[in-house]
Amino acid sequence: MSQSSQHAPAGGGFHKLLETNSILLVVGILLMVSVGGIVEIVPLFYLKNTIEKVEGVRPYSPLELAGYNIYVREGCYTCHSQMIRPLRDEVERYGHYSLAAESMYDHPFQWGSKRNGPDIARVGGKYSNDWQRDHLRSPRSVVPSSIMPGYAFLASTPLRGEHMAEQMRVLRITGVPYTDEQIESAQADLLAQNAADAPGAAEVQKRYPNAVLGDASSKAGVTEEDALVAYLQHLGVSVDFKIYDDKANVR
Amino acid sequence: MSEDTFDKAHAAPGQAGPGKVKIDRVSGTPTTGHEWDGIEELNTPLPRWWVWTFWITAIWGLAYMVAYPAWPTLSGGTQGLFAWSSRTQIADEVADLQKTRGPVLDKIKDAPLDKIESDPELLAAARMVGKVAFATNCASCHGAGGQGAKGYANLNDDDWIWGGKLADVKQTIEHGVRWEADKATHATAMPAFGRDGLLTPEQISLIADHVRTYAETPDSDAPTPAGEKLYADNCASCHGVDGKGNAEMGAPALFDRVWLYGSDKPAIVARIVNGGGAVMPSWKDKLDDTTIKALTVYVHSLGGGQ
Repeated sequence: MSQSSQHAPAGGGFHKLLETNSILLVVGILLMVSVGGIVEIVPLFYLKNTIEKVEGVRPYSPLELAGYNIYVREGCYTCHSQMIRPLRDEVERYGHYSLAAESMYDHPFQWGSKRNGPDIARVGGKYSNDWQRDHLRSPRSVVPSSIMPGYAFLASTPLRGEHMAEQMRVLRITGVPYTDEQIESAQADLLAQNAADAPGAAEVQKRYPNAVLGDASSKAGVTEEDALVAYLQHLGVSVDFKIYDDKANVR
Repeated sequence: MSEDTFDKAHAAPGQAGPGKVKIDRVSGTPTTGHEWDGIEELNTPLPRWWVWTFWITAIWGLAYMVAYPAWPTLSGGTQGLFAWSSRTQIADEVADLQKTRGPVLDKIKDAPLDKIESDPELLAAARMVGKVAFATNCASCHGAGGQGAKGYANLNDDDWIWGGKLADVKQTIEHGVRWEADKATHATAMPAFGRDGLLTPEQISLIADHVRTYAETPDSDAPTPAGEKLYADNCASCHGVDGKGNAEMGAPALFDRVWLYGSDKPAIVARIVNGGGAVMPSWKDKLDDTTIKALTVYVHSLGGGQ
């Protein structure tokens, strides 16, 4: 036992201080780990090629945002990704690879990580509204080999869209550039985008370019299915890849 | 044996102290010199394979940092020796693919549509390209074999709502049907005779009875002269007095026993009440011209092309 002091680590000073003082050790670990975080994360906030700006991306219209909420609620992201990787076969099948800016107004983003179904980052405009409805109600009626569950109840569930203005206000805090005008007219826009015969459709498309108008009747009220279809029809259509310059931002 | 080792270690001059290696009596392994309440820590060396693997991966990591983009800098990042980037890689891969397909695609691109169909070699190539594009883009509505479904046109039959000539088919694929975002789309739609109050329910029922005479199964009320007159006044301008249809307006032929939405009376009444018509996306922004040409030839050659 008398030998123990003789075997203390050589050059003990600082090392011994850390190993025998748990608070100091915790502080030391935090310092060490934060270096890794700073090196990996901080550059993402200022490097030009990680915050690429592209033409055409706009915040969701109120109806699309409501559809986005349903997309999240139903967990669509567990089977569908919204992230076309820059790989040949994916680009061949789904279209141009996804850009970070295309999901910049998603909070949280819906990139997903699993594809039980196909990627749907560019499903907007690929099908008619009618097809989307048929497919949601009974996937196998249009795609016989589909394993997707049916979401027929969405068609008979009225949309609870009365809080869209509040949600838009909250999103504005996180950096989504909704204007006062957009927030004020949220409720009117939601109704106008959904029904072909409602007044104000032109206004919606002015405030939200490329917004796909619904084909429901205004008398029928807005269903969750209407909102989800409006959201799906907007996926991946914001950027015009005919004028997008791949090479301007090589990385 | 451990006794031996122990003895040897202790045979060294002087007692084990700072700087000296102490050998554990039981295992014969050197200790680190750390000791807690008489329990000492063995200093078992790492296996050599592990040490080698560690250093090789470390060297690999360093080489990787030099060869590929790795470190962020103030204005960008290190580019690496090969200036690799995922975006140039995918551009190169797609270019390679186009080069492989080039000989076939160029022929399709340069040839007029009717020429492609009359040249067996070109026809085979266009059908091959078109079949793949059809499976990816068209089959989810028109069916894997172009057989269609309720509300989605059958492409194998002789009934062409918007025309079955090569140019017509190409026009429909390029610009879609009632696709709002495309100015050149087929825009005409049937009026909602019932919903908009253009006809009374009784009148609609009479027209439906008349239209049903075109169907093979006479399971509804007998047609009446009144129904025929209502048809002539309201429907014949597009669908034709004899029900032959008009591809200019996208008014389907009614006499040919091909029904997009079904031939029973409720289905026909629903069409007259709600009007409108099927919607098809425009594809000119999603597919390149060569693919659209190949698709046109493929669809045209499915069986019903005019």
